[in-house]
Amino acid sequence: MTTGRLIPRRRDAHPVPRYADYKTSVTRSPTLPLLSLESTPSEETGPRFGHGLIGPLDNDLIRNFSGGEGLAIGERIRVHGRVLDENGRPVPHTLVEIWQANAGGRYRHVKDGYFAPLDPNFGGCGRTLTDEHGVYEFMTVRPGAYPWPNRGNDWRPMHIHVSVFGHAFGQRLITQMYFEGDPLIDRCPIAATVRDRAQLDRLVAPLDIGASRPMDYLAYRFDIVLRGRRQTMFENRLEGM
Amino acid sequence: MVQPLETLTETASQTAGPYVHIGCIPSFAGLPGVYPEDLGLSPFSEGAAGEVVTITGAVLDGMGAPLRDAMIESWQADAAGRYPGTPGADPLVSGFCRFAADKDTGEFTLRTIRPGAVTGHDGRAMAPHVSLWIVARGINIGLHTRLYFEDADNASDPLLSRIDPPARAQTLIAQRTAPGAYRFDIRLQGAGETVFLDI
Repeated sequence: MTTGRLIPRRRDAHPVPRYADYKTSVTRSPTLPLLSLESTPSEETGPRFGHGLIGPLDNDLIRNFSGGEGLAIGERIRVHGRVLDENGRPVPHTLVEIWQANAGGRYRHVKDGYFAPLDPNFGGCGRTLTDEHGVYEFMTVRPGAYPWPNRGNDWRPMHIHVSVFGHAFGQRLITQMYFEGDPLIDRCPIAATVRDRAQLDRLVAPLDIGASRPMDYLAYRFDIVLRGRRQTMFENRLEGM
Repeated sequence: MVQPLETLTETASQTAGPYVHIGCIPSFAGLPGVYPEDLGLSPFSEGAAGEVVTITGAVLDGMGAPLRDAMIESWQADAAGRYPGTPGADPLVSGFCRFAADKDTGEFTLRTIRPGAVTGHDGRAMAPHVSLWIVARGINIGLHTRLYFEDADNASDPLLSRIDPPARAQTLIAQRTAPGAYRFDIRLQGAGETVFLDI
């Protein structure tokens, strides 16, 4: 279903905006209540991106920075999954973008001064469109954990940033994928902004050995759920609104 | 016991972090060549119907300091109030733009077509507006808001009229600084905190 009102966001399924242990959030979180309204065409429509946008190496972070000339250093992994909505329907042909640090935990960004070296063959970004079943996949290397200035000795767990559009501007979502078994997840104040443990667990991708390739790569599975649309034939106009 | 509801819960958001540019606008981040160009460089192509307007501003934190790592996405209708992808929409308007705060000053610029009024589900017109979504380090879930225009008729806009106290509606009105030029600052908290939307 690609039209209709969006289901209101369950804010308790999301991070708290202000979390004292994630210091930057303290001055960057709204303190007044959000204005809650039913979605309008402005939120129910959104940009669409065609297959013409996507180059053949765009979802292969091992090769896309060098143009295929050289391979990125690190543990080779495949990240794959499905994008669904809250009604369990696949979200087809939607743009998924990822970015991450290299295997040493260093971002290729002017503001990352960590002394782990840059990898000449790793940029750290990738993108793809889901297929008609909502399926996506990337090849990349496992990102390294890295220290960051927050509390005295904070380290980010291994993670991949994931951006998804859906088909409506109100579905827009950026999240992070963590890796099964990483002991840094439970020490991370950014992960801890998600207070609902089940919701945090859903950000942790399990090893998917069946989808890995012998002598080549390990696979991790990461399914993403976007807001759904209310499905009803009854739409009454509210009085005085 | 009751029947189980076969619904899913939306995946939890996480902050876009300080390096969002790598993934979303890599050329801006200093990674040219991975893609031919960054996505959403402009919400329209030359020749699109309507008046070109330029909006500048900054995203300010609770201390009044501009965020130098913020990224904003905008979504809007064409000059006739039609959303891209809907019947009759101007094919030269994509409606979508990505723009980032300057890494030194924090200033952003959006150059776009002035959108037309959009008809809501109830048949009432929504005053011309641009929907905005703001992400940055320290923002744990992307912030939705809207930008309206000072010199438009905003009096009967259904969203602005719901803001309480009404004076806060001013935080969503871009101020005209010159013909076709507007200023729109986004205040994350504190005095003049922008109205953010749960919509």
